[in-house]
Amino acid sequence: MKRKQLKFVVGSMVIILTIAYLAYSGYQDSKSYFQTVPELYAMKDSAVGVRTQVSGDVVAGTIQRSDDGKVVDFVIGQEPKTLKVRYIGKDPLPDTLIDRATAIASGSLGRDGVFTANQITAKCASKYEKEKAAGVNIAKE
Amino acid sequence: MAAQIGQFALALAWVVTAYSVVASLLGIRLKNDNLIASGRNAALGVFASITTAIVCLGYLFAISDFSIKYIASHSNRDLPIYFKVSSIWGGQEGSLLFWGWLLTLYTALVIFQNWRKHSSIMPYVTAVLMTTSLFFTTLHLFAVNPFNQTVILQAANSPIPFVPRDGQGLNPLLQDAYMVIHPPMLYLGFVGFAVPFAFAMAALFTRQLGDTWIRTTRRWTMIAWMFLSIGIMLGGKWAYHELGWGGFWAWDPVENASLMPWLIGTAFLHSVMVQEKKGMLKVWNMVLVIMSYIMSIFGTFLTRSGVVNSVHAFAQSSIGGYFAAFIVIALSASLFLLFDRLPYLKSENQMESMVSRESSFLFNNLILLAACFAVFWGTMFPVFSEAVTGRKITVSAPFFNEVNVPIAIFLMFLTGVGPLLAWRKASTDSLKRNFLTPAIIALTAGVVLYIRGLQHLYAWVAVVMSIFVAITIVREFYKGAMARTVGTGERFVEAIINLTFRNTRRYGGYIVHFGFVLLFIGWSGQAFTTDTSADMGIGDTLNLREYTLRMDKLETGDDPNYFSDKASVSLFEYGTKVANLYPERRVYKAGSEQQPLSVVSIYDSARNLYRSDVYIVFAGATRDGKKAVIQAFYNPLTAWVWIGGCVLVIGTLIALLPNKKTVIRRRTEAEIKEEPKAVETQV
Repeated sequence: MKRKQLKFVVGSMVIILTIAYLAYSGYQDSKSYFQTVPELYAMKDSAVGVRTQVSGDVVAGTIQRSDDGKVVDFVIGQEPKTLKVRYIGKDPLPDTLIDRATAIASGSLGRDGVFTANQITAKCASKYEKEKAAGVNIAKE
Repeated sequence: MAAQIGQFALALAWVVTAYSVVASLLGIRLKNDNLIASGRNAALGVFASITTAIVCLGYLFAISDFSIKYIASHSNRDLPIYFKVSSIWGGQEGSLLFWGWLLTLYTALVIFQNWRKHSSIMPYVTAVLMTTSLFFTTLHLFAVNPFNQTVILQAANSPIPFVPRDGQGLNPLLQDAYMVIHPPMLYLGFVGFAVPFAFAMAALFTRQLGDTWIRTTRRWTMIAWMFLSIGIMLGGKWAYHELGWGGFWAWDPVENASLMPWLIGTAFLHSVMVQEKKGMLKVWNMVLVIMSYIMSIFGTFLTRSGVVNSVHAFAQSSIGGYFAAFIVIALSASLFLLFDRLPYLKSENQMESMVSRESSFLFNNLILLAACFAVFWGTMFPVFSEAVTGRKITVSAPFFNEVNVPIAIFLMFLTGVGPLLAWRKASTDSLKRNFLTPAIIALTAGVVLYIRGLQHLYAWVAVVMSIFVAITIVREFYKGAMARTVGTGERFVEAIINLTFRNTRRYGGYIVHFGFVLLFIGWSGQAFTTDTSADMGIGDTLNLREYTLRMDKLETGDDPNYFSDKASVSLFEYGTKVANLYPERRVYKAGSEQQPLSVVSIYDSARNLYRSDVYIVFAGATRDGKKAVIQAFYNPLTAWVWIGGCVLVIGTLIALLPNKKTVIRRRTEAEIKEEPKAVETQV
């Protein structure tokens, strides 16, 4: 009886270790630091060149497309801590990337202080939350 | 007025829920049948009460009463009526109310179905379900009340009630037919896991750990599992045609939240058979029931609390604490009870051979749980890493894929092998008999496919495995039906139908597996997607594999609800025109942001076996406004994902049916039982 159970333990261990290895290598392939703009500032030089996702609100009026539409520049964060983001990905930008939306840029920070992103996700601010402001927004109209 | 009624109904629901819990528990304690019956009636009362609240909320949407904040922020006057109705679950407060309502609906159903049959455990079931309900009614009333008024907040003054002229509108992404039906299905799944949990807890409480609770629990888990499957599938379908990135699954936390209870539910539906047949894995099954319940609460928590970033995460809100507390309490209470009752859950048998039905179930469970664990870990990694190292680290799709793709392939292998292995120990002879032919055919097909260009490793293994499993399933039907035609003289098709309906669990299960095979084939097509994009003016063309797109027209439209840019694109397959596609880009009018939205246009090539989708997105306009930025995806086999999903649901429905023979027997039993009671009610 003991030998039989041992077989099951060994079989299960093989499966678990295989999965653990896959998980580890998957983690190495896709881990990315997630930070806000001020956090990125605090990191200083150690943030340069590291795969990062940075999140911040798009500063109104800063979204600029290059003439061929391939490169998009915009600024996220709040004064004085703002970050220039340059999007060079091949997918069109999400519809939700508009002034004041919360954007998450995936990429890395360059030596020149510009964050080069190959992927952008964005949440339209008030449609999701900041509902507290709902009444006020309407009142201002 | 409706708002006041709704508000009152919520308050009443809270009081009555609390009463129901107390009355049921006291009734059990004091062995007082009147109290127990009163607790049951209270539970039905809660259902009526929350139904009233839901109806009131729906009514407020219908009449566009923007003095209510929830209405003002999730609807507008010109929103079509069906979206107004679906707005009930379009936001935080309403969706939680909807969750709570479904729970009380299930409670009422369970009471009607089981009160007489299982009278000894039903008070406990009621108490457990109502305890969950108490948590939700507490949320409705105190944390996320959907009937709160719209107010203007000013720093110095107290909030002033205010009625805006129009509402903020429903999130355009949710203005979609799938979004009308997807959340209810998903929630029916999530909430459904509360029922097996309640029966499991009741069984532990009463120490009645025999067949009754297992049978009821298994059926309800299947129901929850089916709805969850439908919900996940519709969510994928929605993401596919609404989000415009060309795929249907992105390992977003919210998708993961629905996948985790699904994985555990799947594990339970398999391992429960080991308990029924061999009296093993009793503790394990309890753990699975508890985990599927906790995971569905946790899933709701993930989607509602904003603890991790997601496309769906609604809010950085206050309800996280409530959920965390409830999960901790529910988990520790149920595990404590389980621990206390361990002596009643002794295994009656032991595993004997690595090559047996039991062991295939064991490995199935092991890797389903491993998959769930990996998904959980990956989803929560930002939270854990921040707690430990102070820096948020996220993992993305590659992590989930690298772990789960091999797991899925191994699962597929077990799907083919497991059902044909004998209990206890499979003989070498039976292995040869069952698997040699399917293996040879699948490998031969594999060689042919490899030569024809299927050279992506995982996709190749997935397809070969799918062929292998499909053959084993078809053979089971064929063998069963042939045996019937010989024995009964039925025609072949008739025999297949009778076979299926006389053993619905087994053959329904095979159909579910077959659906999974189709889904798997569709999913392996993901390895071969290609995409391209171009700025297209009138007359411009774009090539995509065997297809060519030609821009015919660009125009603007005006709907009461939105403005739009529409493109009219001709699609050519090998030079022959096959379809007109109309990708669109809308800007919704409601609200202050004017959020744009792309409406994808998809061509599903039903005529070729591969069923590749051509998926076209109107991504934007060039700066001069004369050309459209068009992005086109070529997605092979995608249609099979949906077809497989439908087959899977049909299979589950069949498995839920009672066996044909036993129906007749049960009916007579029921009639005998009914008669004296019918007399009672007449008196």
